[in-house]
Amino acid sequence: MSKQVTSNKIKHSMGDRIFDFINVFLLVLLVVACFYPFYYVICASFSKASLFMSHSGILLKPIGLSTAAYKKVFENSSIWTGYINTIYYVVGGTAINIAMTVIGAYFLSRKNIPGKGIITVFIMFTMYFSGGMIPAFLNIQSLGLYDTRAALLLPGAINTFNLIIMRTAMASVDDSMEESARLDGANHITILVKIMLPLTKATVAVLVLYYGVSHWNSWFPAMIYLEDRAKEPLQLFLRQVLIMNDMSDMNIGEDQELISETIKYATIIVSTVPILCLYPFLQKYFTKGMMIGAIKG
Amino acid sequence: MKKSAQIQSYSLTTSAPRKKEESLVWQRIKRNKELYFLIIPVIVYYIIFHYKPMYGVIIAFQDFSPRKGVVGSDWVGLENFRMFFNGVYFGRLIRNTLRISLSTLLFGFPAPIILALLINELRNVRFSRFVQTVTYMPHFVSMVVICAMIREFVSSSGFITEILVALFGYEGKDLLSKANAFVPIYVISNIWQGVGWGSIVYLAALTAIDPQLYEAAEVDGANRRLQKMYYITLPCLLPTIVIMFIMRTGQIMSVGYEKIILLYNEGIYQTADVISSYVYRMGLVNRQYSFSAAVGLFNSAINFTLVILTNKLSKKVTETSLW
Repeated sequence: MSKQVTSNKIKHSMGDRIFDFINVFLLVLLVVACFYPFYYVICASFSKASLFMSHSGILLKPIGLSTAAYKKVFENSSIWTGYINTIYYVVGGTAINIAMTVIGAYFLSRKNIPGKGIITVFIMFTMYFSGGMIPAFLNIQSLGLYDTRAALLLPGAINTFNLIIMRTAMASVDDSMEESARLDGANHITILVKIMLPLTKATVAVLVLYYGVSHWNSWFPAMIYLEDRAKEPLQLFLRQVLIMNDMSDMNIGEDQELISETIKYATIIVSTVPILCLYPFLQKYFTKGMMIGAIKG
Repeated sequence: MKKSAQIQSYSLTTSAPRKKEESLVWQRIKRNKELYFLIIPVIVYYIIFHYKPMYGVIIAFQDFSPRKGVVGSDWVGLENFRMFFNGVYFGRLIRNTLRISLSTLLFGFPAPIILALLINELRNVRFSRFVQTVTYMPHFVSMVVICAMIREFVSSSGFITEILVALFGYEGKDLLSKANAFVPIYVISNIWQGVGWGSIVYLAALTAIDPQLYEAAEVDGANRRLQKMYYITLPCLLPTIVIMFIMRTGQIMSVGYEKIILLYNEGIYQTADVISSYVYRMGLVNRQYSFSAAVGLFNSAINFTLVILTNKLSKKVTETSLW
């Protein structure tokens, strides 16, 4: 940092430097506070169970390097079932989300469409009032969707906030595009597919990420709507192992007490690494979406 | 006579353009007919998954039995609400919901503003990006994993508990088994999860500040960075802060159930149980559908009113509103 400050052409006063120092110091502290919990999990997951259990306080590196916990996690078939199901829900769910959101946003972004006002109110009202958890649950049952995969895909087909982001993006496309296409005889479907989607693909990408991550992280609908464990997403498996402390799926053996702690940490790593690896590359899109939402809000 | 003729002629002259207008509307509908076909699945979706449950909320006024269905169940009027208001848990639930919500507001609301101000003062762009990347990260980790980490760290052998033991001689007990530790754990972990992500809105607002303002401030003698921060940056950020605050106060009675039900346990219901987690437990665990639908409806009615009120307030104060 000091090199950076001195290399700056404008001379900074003493006060400025103290200010910079304190500022950087505070932010470094914050970065450590944000990152350390994850680092601790990594260290703990690679530690030797017996040594880890007798250790107290923070970890700076794994104690007695061991991959035994990972072996137990990888041996377990439930985590892979969970992974496959989650991928299914992420891909299928996001595809439905994007199709529905794009169609809705296209309609809401058109000008001079009779009935648009009513439909807008009809949609927006759901952002402020809902029947609540119990009527939603009974609705799924009465639709015959209970314990089906569709129960995780359909109820959240459109996130109205995302719909508004998409509508804003489509409304900002120049009207002349649509007009000239219409003069050439194009219908709305052609305009949507050939003109609007290519022009708003950055926003579509942001929404793919938003929806994708929300499916990846979702656990509550799966908990209340699914009974069949073969359909269970990864997050529900994680809840069972990490929150309910149910290790019955893990083939632990005699040293159960000892290794169950490091197994938990290894499970966290195995389930979170894909998101954390992708995240630095995707971060700018997330931020961008947040900005669009913020400007609108 | 004369008058009626006048009226007649008046109505004649107005009806002609209206007719024309109507046909124009009809023309526009016909010209855009594929558009109306396109929107059908979206409308059907909202009817089935949003409006149908809204209709289903009438079970709050019934003694609902799944066998008889919404149409056939017996009506009980406000009995379920009366049972909730007179129940032993009513006061506790309102208190816990407000306590958690207000603590999150009090400590969690300023945090992203402060972070944005600090990031804004950084001179090194790469370090600034690094800070942002790391602080946004917890936002993307699933709630289940976040709560699992919290539970491990504050358990009797968790490192946070051990640090507290070493620093304050606190008896090494699982912190989540202590009722008075729940709110601090909830609030602090909430800040950890959301401070980076929450700062994005403010950082966006900060990039819009005209640099000339700072130059003008220097001319006026505000040379110190803290002065500029206080006299320029903060006032420029104020409209964003106000609208975010108003929007946040609209949610004062809604504390999400996900984090609560992943963290709490029976031993600490007295501080940890909120309205939404109670609805979940009563409805989906104990299967008292009508009663918990009533509790849920009570909560959403309050939330709806608060959003309307805060939005009105926002319109008055900042001339920006949600709709």
